[in-house]
Amino acid sequence: MVAKDVLTEAEPKIPHVAGRRIIVCAGTGCKANGSEAVYEAFLESIAAAGAQVAVEFKSEGGDGEVSVTRSGCQGVCSQAPLVTILPDTVLYMRVQPSDVEEIVAKTLVAGQVVERLLYHLPDTGAACRGAKDIPFLNRQTHVVLREVGYLDPENLQEYLRLGGYEAARKAFLQMTPEGICIEVAQSGLRGRGGGGFPTGRKWEAARQRPNVKKYVICNADEGDPGAFMNCSVMEGNPHSVIEGLLIAARAIGADEAYVYIRAEYPLAVKRMKQAVADAEAAGFLGDNVFGSGLRVHCELKEGAGAFVCGEETAMIASVEGQRGMPRPKPPFPAYSGLWGKPTVINNVETLAQVTRIIRDGPAVFRQVGTPTAPGTKTFSITGHVANTGLIEVPLGTTLGEVVYGIGGGVTDDAGRLSKDGFKAVQIGGPSGGCLTPDHVNLPLDYDALRGVGAMVGSGGLVVMNQQTCIVSIARFFLDFTQRESCGKCVLCREGTRQMLALLDDIIAGRADATTLPLLESLAHAVQKGSLCGLGKTAPNPVLSTLRHFRPEYEAHIVQKRCPAGRCKALRKITINETKCIGCGACLHKCPVNAISGEKKKPHRINLVACIKCGACAEACKFAAVEGV
Amino acid sequence: MIKPAVVTIDGRDVAIEGERNLLELIRKAHVELPTFCYHSELSIYGACRLCLVDVEGRGIMGACSTPPEPGMRIKTSTAEIREIRRITIELLLANHDGHCPTCPKSDNCKLQALARRMGIETIRFKPRQKRVEVDNSSCSLTRDPNKCILCGDCVRVCTEIQGIGAINFAHRGSQAAVEPAFGKKLGDVECVNCGQCAAFCPTGVLTPKSEIPAVWRAFEDPRKKVVAQVAPAVRVALGECFGLPPGEEVTGRLVAALRAIGFAAVYDTSFTADLTVIEEGTEFLQRKTKGGKLPMFTSCCPAWVKFAEHNYPELLPNLSSCRSPQQMFGSLAKETLPQQLGVAKEDLVVVSIMPCTAKKFEARRPEFTHDGVADVDIVLTTQELARMIEEAGLDFKALEPDSLDMPFGFYTGAGVIFGASGGVSEAVLRFAAEALTGKPLAKVDFLQVRGEGGLREASVVIDGTTVKIAMVHGLANARHVAELVKAGKADYDVIEVMACPGGCIGGAGQPIAGNGLARKARTKGLYDADKRLPLHKSQDNLFVTQSYQEHLGPVGGERAHNLLHTHYHNRRPSDEGELQKHETPAEVRLQVKICAGTACLVRGAQKIAHAVRGYVEEHSLQNMVDVRMIFCSENCGNGPTVMVGDRVLPRCTVEEARQALDEELANHT
Repeated sequence: MVAKDVLTEAEPKIPHVAGRRIIVCAGTGCKANGSEAVYEAFLESIAAAGAQVAVEFKSEGGDGEVSVTRSGCQGVCSQAPLVTILPDTVLYMRVQPSDVEEIVAKTLVAGQVVERLLYHLPDTGAACRGAKDIPFLNRQTHVVLREVGYLDPENLQEYLRLGGYEAARKAFLQMTPEGICIEVAQSGLRGRGGGGFPTGRKWEAARQRPNVKKYVICNADEGDPGAFMNCSVMEGNPHSVIEGLLIAARAIGADEAYVYIRAEYPLAVKRMKQAVADAEAAGFLGDNVFGSGLRVHCELKEGAGAFVCGEETAMIASVEGQRGMPRPKPPFPAYSGLWGKPTVINNVETLAQVTRIIRDGPAVFRQVGTPTAPGTKTFSITGHVANTGLIEVPLGTTLGEVVYGIGGGVTDDAGRLSKDGFKAVQIGGPSGGCLTPDHVNLPLDYDALRGVGAMVGSGGLVVMNQQTCIVSIARFFLDFTQRESCGKCVLCREGTRQMLALLDDIIAGRADATTLPLLESLAHAVQKGSLCGLGKTAPNPVLSTLRHFRPEYEAHIVQKRCPAGRCKALRKITINETKCIGCGACLHKCPVNAISGEKKKPHRINLVACIKCGACAEACKFAAVEGV
Repeated sequence: MIKPAVVTIDGRDVAIEGERNLLELIRKAHVELPTFCYHSELSIYGACRLCLVDVEGRGIMGACSTPPEPGMRIKTSTAEIREIRRITIELLLANHDGHCPTCPKSDNCKLQALARRMGIETIRFKPRQKRVEVDNSSCSLTRDPNKCILCGDCVRVCTEIQGIGAINFAHRGSQAAVEPAFGKKLGDVECVNCGQCAAFCPTGVLTPKSEIPAVWRAFEDPRKKVVAQVAPAVRVALGECFGLPPGEEVTGRLVAALRAIGFAAVYDTSFTADLTVIEEGTEFLQRKTKGGKLPMFTSCCPAWVKFAEHNYPELLPNLSSCRSPQQMFGSLAKETLPQQLGVAKEDLVVVSIMPCTAKKFEARRPEFTHDGVADVDIVLTTQELARMIEEAGLDFKALEPDSLDMPFGFYTGAGVIFGASGGVSEAVLRFAAEALTGKPLAKVDFLQVRGEGGLREASVVIDGTTVKIAMVHGLANARHVAELVKAGKADYDVIEVMACPGGCIGGAGQPIAGNGLARKARTKGLYDADKRLPLHKSQDNLFVTQSYQEHLGPVGGERAHNLLHTHYHNRRPSDEGELQKHETPAEVRLQVKICAGTACLVRGAQKIAHAVRGYVEEHSLQNMVDVRMIFCSENCGNGPTVMVGDRVLPRCTVEEARQALDEELANHT
């Protein structure tokens, strides 16, 4: 693995902060957990400690300034709010405003560490002082996330000091559009939004179109449940996205750019807006970009909360002010897109990668990843895993490394590490597929995943433990896509609804021998016949779980049994006669009078009347109620 | 020799000859691919997923949206594709109100036909539970959303061909539905009742609203005398319902059928079309020679009239004030027939047989009802008449032709060509030419105004005077021309507008044709009928002349005006003409702006505007306050929005607006 030492090399130099720097994470997860209050507390506390802190900083030999800044997401969202202190590289987690005084006194003044706020390894319980000691962080390879978590995202100057907009300047002043397309093609960059289409090829097709008017659109409509990679990049380093968008505009010859951004990301919207305004003020956007005489105007367009608008043609319709419905391809947007003009649509992360490719050259980009899928990819890892959050790894990293190495292993429902707990991973969001422990050595890249019926997608990873019912999971994802179907084509609109009804039958014990064959042929029809990517991929969770967990489906259908014990309608609640002492507690609690029995004799449950609410099990002090 | 570009379809090579997509190419090869949403006149939509084909090396693709490429190898009916098609139809049927025998489209439903063609005998999917209320608010159309398959044909014809957009998609996923804006009813929006949505609807969602029961009831009532007027376009299309070819004129059998089912007298709207020519021609010549409003738009199409009232109220003075032939007939019939037929005026029932759904609306316009008596009582479409003939059990093809009743059954060729686009223009030219020159017209045919295009122009020189004419069908084309007129860029004298493709022969009340060939044949049928008739000029219609002498007085006179002309209403939501965009001008006077965006209007913005204006006038504040309606303050959720000076009043009431006005005025001065 390349991952090991990269973090130290990649550790961003934060210039002009010779003194201490306290970085409070202002990603969505941390903000929701009160990081704003922590930030305020630091400002107050440092002001109060004034002289003392200043003296301390002088001894560091710098200019004596202490700065407190907010950053984008630092990735360890499950431990929010996070506070990083530089140059000590101490990382505190779950910091509350009440902890701040202690941090200032101990760490800033006395140079000690507040032990209880450090990260503790889930297995050994050992404390980790900073990012370098935490496997979740030190096993990653940060490229697009390199400055995310350190950089003040609302400060253009800081981005510039780190070499920001050098790539775009080069693209406008030194490179030809063709040259840019060639470099991007050489890098082997593939679209990070889902399909993995080579970015260089997409650009080249649009570049060759003779039209004067062309558009670029940044797809920032991240909508998969549990995915927040693009959100973090926009919140943490918005200028890297704008810079990539500028390069794309230059490469194809577009003079108008749109950022189609998810309105449910208010912080990302705010920071992207700020970034566009700052870039305009600096002359990086506008009528004379970098003094090149070329114009590129950029506008933010907030989506109205439709998942389908992540699909290119639906997004174009939405930008045009139409209902967000896909249209048939061909023609592809590179030929006829927004207002009928050649249009390139790239995902946030793709554009952020482009910025690095042009700045550092394609060879640097290819240093990690696989030959057919070079570079890194961000994933958001959630579910039954010890460390959840945002990660970035080289493409081709194995599933095992992600789940065990970075994720720290699978947990049970109580959050404890569970050695044999790994059941499945849903990868690629609701359109993706599921992987099993058999795939721990599978490299995560476009082609390998496609080979097993899954996809990289936008990079959502949901880890599931043995207590998860696979049919219910398939239903969960399908429910999402069927709700988010635009309703245009028959197979997606009606097909996903009927698939959901069939899954409901299975879960509710109504299924019979005809259910699975019908579900399979319907899923096949929806997959093959739907108009757009949403419909074509909607059956994936069902088809891939059927492929790997068919016996679990059959148990539901034939034996009317849910192996994970999750499907309420299939529960058979019984009273263990050897444990029941006939106290009557359950009998009194049962809301439907399904329990009968004489005092001091074992009670019985009438399964016909039972509504499986579980009140009896809660009431029983002798664990005699089983099957709940 | 260059090898011709071919696509291999099911093993046969088919040459590409400019086909826009695989579907056209495959149909050229005589393989009838099923589809709901493909219409050559409309944009490619790709939603029904029935025209899927297997393209070698590329997989399953929609034929409608794939351009043919030389060397493609295509299979149109693999086991996989057949199964996908079956599933698609089953999915639609599971979600469809399947009460087929009671559906008006039962004999002409594409869904039913395809289900039969695919041999579907069971539906493996769950039926839907939810029922939606049937929308009967429109007097022209019935809308039953329970039968909708969301093919989008109606939406596209309304938007693309008619330029209106009265209906569109709402909601998502399996909740998706086609509805008028804000879930309103069809009768409450800017629908012009042209019915083209119904003509394109493959199932029974949108259908012409039936008035058949009212006609049967009138026959049963011994006091009533029921008479019919038959529009020109009906005679060349009705036969299609009985297996005759499109365009075959069936006037004789039509009259026989009407008598057989109970009509006391059968007249012809072509008679009043002749009358229209005289009135409208005279009006035009007056405008042309005396400097009246030009260009003059024709006014015989009620869908166009309503369209203009909604969208171009500033052009209403350009519309001919002539009533349509249907309404001229109604007015003349109610004026003269009671005496002639010996029946009380209120017991005379005038039934129109029309190719048109908008005529149902037109007959109910309040201008055409006097003292509770409507000029036209009932309007039947061609389709409805065919149903009545079927219900009466008549063998239409075998009927002995009968002749029309006089005097209103007498007509010239000029009246009969009204049914085709360009016909009105030609008829008026035949009149105007003689009126200008004072000499009989040597050649009556003005071939330069005939044709199929949706937007045509012609110049005719009569006695040194050049008359420039535009002929338009499809209201999107009418919108285009109206914009030109508004911009002062239209150099026309007369603009003939017909809402439906090809004119009245393509009306939504006609038998559903399915392709443009039927329209072509019907047009030819009308011009052939003109040829067969002895007279070709309206001014030669003796009974028209007699009507002027006996009932109407001089042409263009007061009595003729009262009986044959009408006036129009501004139906724009705001009554002050073109709305200004929401901008803040630096003005000294206090600005009161009332948002006239749709959401605010729905919540009573217009009422507030009236009240505030009234208040301003009442207190003589006109030189201190400007009251304007604007579009749109983008505060739709909190409408109605009123802005008084810098104050923004969300959810404003009349009282709040007045109070704010008083307070701001106190500050202002």
